[in-house]
Amino acid sequence: MVRMKWPAIGYVRATSLEDLWTAQAAHGGSAQVLAGGQTLLATLAFRLSDPKVLIDITRIAALRGIGAQGGVLRIGALTRHAELGRDPLVRQHAPLLAEAVPLIAHPAIRNRGTIGGSLAYADPAAELPACVVALGATIVLASARGERRVAAEDFFTGLLQTALEPGEIIAAVELPSATAATRCAIVEVARRSGDYAMAGLAACLSLDAAGTVAAPRLVFFGVGSGPVLAAKAGAALAGRVLDHAAIGAAQMALAEDLDPPADMHGPPEMKRHLARVLTQRALGRFLPASEIAA
Amino acid sequence: MNDIPTPDSIGLSREDLPNSYIGRSVPRPNVPKLVQGRATYTDDVVLPRMVHAAFLRSPHAHARIVSVDATAAMQVPGVVRVFTGQDLAKVCDPWVAVLAHLKGMKSAPQHPLPLDRATWQGEPIVAVVADSRAAAEDGVAALRVEFDPLPAQVDMETALAPGATVIHTELGDNLVFQRTAVQGDVDAAFAAAHKVVEATFVTGRHTGVTLEPRSIIADYNRADGTLTVHQSTQAPHMMQNVFAKQLRMEESQVRVICKDVGGSFGIKVHVYPDEVAVAAMSRILGRPVKFVADRFEAFASDIHARDHRIKGRIAVDADGKILGFDIDDLTGIGPYSVYPRTSAIEGNQVVNLCGGPYDFANYRCTTTVVLQNKVPTCQYRAVGHPIATAVTEGLVDLAAQAIGMDPIEMRRRNLVRDDAYPFTSPAGMKFEGLSHHASLKKLLEMVPVERIRADQAEARARGVHRGLGIAAFIELTNPSPFMYGIGGARISAQDGATVRMDPDGSVVVASGVTEQGQGTEAILAQIVAHGVGVPVGKVRVITGDTQATPYGGGTWACRGAGIGGEAALQSAIALKEQLLTVAGTMLQANPASLDIVLGEVVDKATGAQRISLSEIGRIVYFRGDTLPKDLPREFVQTRHFITKEYPFAFTNGIQACWVEVDVATGMVKVLEHWCVEDCGRVINPLLVDEQVRGGIVQGLGGALYEHCVYDDQGNLLTTTMADYLVPMAAEMPEIHVGHVETPTRESLLGAKGAGEAGTAGAPGALMNAINDALRPLGGIVTAQPFTPASILRALGTI
Ligand SMILES: Cc1cc2nc3c(=O)[nH]c(=O)nc-3n(C[C@H](O)[C@H](O)[C@H](O)COP(=O)(O)OP(=O)(O)OC[C@H]3O[C@@H](n4cnc5c(N)ncnc54)[C@H](O)[C@@H]3O)c2cc1C
Repeated sequence: MVRMKWPAIGYVRATSLEDLWTAQAAHGGSAQVLAGGQTLLATLAFRLSDPKVLIDITRIAALRGIGAQGGVLRIGALTRHAELGRDPLVRQHAPLLAEAVPLIAHPAIRNRGTIGGSLAYADPAAELPACVVALGATIVLASARGERRVAAEDFFTGLLQTALEPGEIIAAVELPSATAATRCAIVEVARRSGDYAMAGLAACLSLDAAGTVAAPRLVFFGVGSGPVLAAKAGAALAGRVLDHAAIGAAQMALAEDLDPPADMHGPPEMKRHLARVLTQRALGRFLPASEIAA
Repeated sequence: MNDIPTPDSIGLSREDLPNSYIGRSVPRPNVPKLVQGRATYTDDVVLPRMVHAAFLRSPHAHARIVSVDATAAMQVPGVVRVFTGQDLAKVCDPWVAVLAHLKGMKSAPQHPLPLDRATWQGEPIVAVVADSRAAAEDGVAALRVEFDPLPAQVDMETALAPGATVIHTELGDNLVFQRTAVQGDVDAAFAAAHKVVEATFVTGRHTGVTLEPRSIIADYNRADGTLTVHQSTQAPHMMQNVFAKQLRMEESQVRVICKDVGGSFGIKVHVYPDEVAVAAMSRILGRPVKFVADRFEAFASDIHARDHRIKGRIAVDADGKILGFDIDDLTGIGPYSVYPRTSAIEGNQVVNLCGGPYDFANYRCTTTVVLQNKVPTCQYRAVGHPIATAVTEGLVDLAAQAIGMDPIEMRRRNLVRDDAYPFTSPAGMKFEGLSHHASLKKLLEMVPVERIRADQAEARARGVHRGLGIAAFIELTNPSPFMYGIGGARISAQDGATVRMDPDGSVVVASGVTEQGQGTEAILAQIVAHGVGVPVGKVRVITGDTQATPYGGGTWACRGAGIGGEAALQSAIALKEQLLTVAGTMLQANPASLDIVLGEVVDKATGAQRISLSEIGRIVYFRGDTLPKDLPREFVQTRHFITKEYPFAFTNGIQACWVEVDVATGMVKVLEHWCVEDCGRVINPLLVDEQVRGGIVQGLGGALYEHCVYDDQGNLLTTTMADYLVPMAAEMPEIHVGHVETPTRESLLGAKGAGEAGTAGAPGALMNAINDALRPLGGIVTAQPFTPASILRALGTI
């Protein structure tokens, strides 16, 4: 049976990336990075992992800050969920993220949890991994060996698995800025407010003046081993005028995109059903008023 | 009797009546301490030479314990000792939880740590004692215990079937208890009925999640042979007896102290093997041993409750008159009946309570209580009531639908008339005085039924599905010895209070009932302030110490106010009489011409102040030489109270619930909830309202979210607050509370219990509301919790 008290663990605070690399070199694989601690500390209490040292990265200035330049929004890995929710640049360039924040946990957790920690942990029901895949983001990774960039959809590789290599951290997330044609929405069904979703959808697409869909990205969460980019549903929408029929086609196509597991909330059929409902609810928001009335 | 002035009874506002604290929302004196973190919970108590216990708990639902190797654990720095079942059996006897009045009941002996077999996942198997809890946990991690897994009997439906795993072979089978109550001729009534409707209901296994987990420090002192136990418990005197009996000590050698308790809900009124193990280990070590359950241990070892499957039928005539109920209840209680209250009481309550609010002639109800390899179940807030209410009210709604009658009209035609008392129900329960029709009337004043029905129709046209549900209930409070005592359990139905006045004119009350956060101490202070005639701020309250309070039962089954409160009132009045006798002598006045108001002796007729209580105190305690020699001056008075006329003081009430069901996702949103309840005399309206609200939240929690989920191997899947969902503020509706007051004539105070009413009625009202919403779509749900999946299934969506 699981235990609920931590084992004795060492603690190091890094105040710069150099510091971090030095500490990692000293402790090797027995060290684990600590950011907001909202996931890590709970898993330690359950003794699910057994690091000997925690390296606190929250004082590393290089991992902080939000900036917009040349059509790209860069969000430092240490950005707290709460900061994400109130930042004007985020609201302007990536409103989907601002919309996602109230769906993540509760205020106390949002005040501490970071975007880097959320992406690194890669919970299949988490909002932010789905959002960054939907937004076509690039994850900026750093290690003593230097920096590299990975497309968000390649970053999540399996259940709680990512492209992070040993010694590597997430430094930032880079996103293309939203344009006038961009339409984004995040919707989910959770048992109680703040709970991880039973099923959720982060959807992004462009609509031209004629209402024709381009670059649709429907990314589901809570229905697979990570964020699930629904390729067939996207294909069913691309190049079509968005209307009830188009949405219906996307819903149909989900049968091929999703293979959800059963969980405590219900069987796979329920998740498939909820995914269809969410598709309607997210895309329905982009319909012209005349269509909604219909 | 009932001549206590209340503001209503003499036509004054509460503010006009400063000396009557009965019926006033006096602030709770212990709240600042609680919110400022200055309370003393058991874990706050630190004793010299104290060690800490941690338990290795069974990873299997059912397994033979092959071997325990503690070699490595003993090497862990800080570990003091490792204890197995055999070690503790040397000083501690096992217990068997049966009650003599529950005929035929059987259960197996239970040891603090099992000798050779684990029978539920989470059962404590081996204990490690160390200098700190962390070291004890490290010691547990270093234990090597070999288990030989055995087939687990998980499903209660197959517990009595051929081929079932018999959990205790010496019992012969898994049947713990069975009882059938019969009244009238059920078969004939059903055969002749205009309509018979039936349904199968399930109430989900859930538990009471206390903010403060179970906590205990046992301190055996070899020098004087005493055991002092600091414990988070509802029943200190019961536990005193238990520790003494199991550890082969005299009751007088054991003292149980229970300071602040962070919630209990019935969870902390039972005997837990890990807690008895702590006492046994202290007995062996001669050192204080502390154990505080963590949240995981709480889910895997606090009692669970309400694991029932109920098949029910109702028969009605063409006018909607209920002819009979026919009910078959099955409940799985885990591998042992829980000591000393037993795990058969919940099923027994279902038999006692089904159909309770209604006047009908034919009744048959059977409960079958079986063993299974899951956490033991026992009494949790509103024991059996939410089950009986959901079944009864679910059936009444189905019958109303079947004959096309409005559910409110259906109830109006069948609720026991307000002038029918005393009344004996078909299940044999005796009601002194209930107010079903007055309560329904009051409910209908609060619930805008017409507006709601219009809104419902308008919303349905938009594809939005809302529903209104109603549930009437009865609640059993103020239990007499008929609950436990006659079955042989040493659980006091009587309670005492000692009230004394000190020289400064302040008053201290020591009571056998206990405080767990609900405000018992506040109402005791109010009652005593009222009874003596002092400002409530002048009353200090002592509870939770077997050495310092009169013997009593503690707080459970809604008896704190009704029993403990009456004892406090009677002793306060006795003290007042004594004070007036002394004052009369001092003032050379007839004591009957005097009164005590806000700490001053006054002339009854004119209200003129004559002498203060502090002056009387000064003279009596320090200048007693100036008083007549034969003047009695007993400023300490003790009175006891026990109910004698009725086995229980029944209360009643009715709830309404207004919900919206998202039929696409299966999500239920509770929009608004109402409860009218009649707990007799309301001592503190604010506390009663909050008891009702909290109870409703717990009832809604069990009906919507809370569920101890097991897989078919008997593994508990809900062991954290992320998986076991409790209702949170965001999900809870506005809750409106109203009262009808029918005081019991058994006591001067007239108070009955109020703590369980909310929980009793909420699940039934919610179920009926959901089904009202789903009705046009042809769906019906009867299995709690009503999850999105269950609603989508009912709608045929998945
Ligand atoms: C009660 C509760 C409810 C929650 N509900 C939700 C919810 O509804 N939706 C949701 O999305 N989340 C939820 N969370 C999780 C929350 O959002 C966490 O904050 C987040 O998942 C992890 O962020 P963190 O900064 O706290 O990471 P930490 O807990 O510090 O770390 C998590 C993991 O990521 C690693 N890590 C952290 N930062 C980095 C980095 N920069 N680079 C590489 N690795 C790193 C750590 O080593 C660790 O393995 C909930 C948490 C709690 C406690």
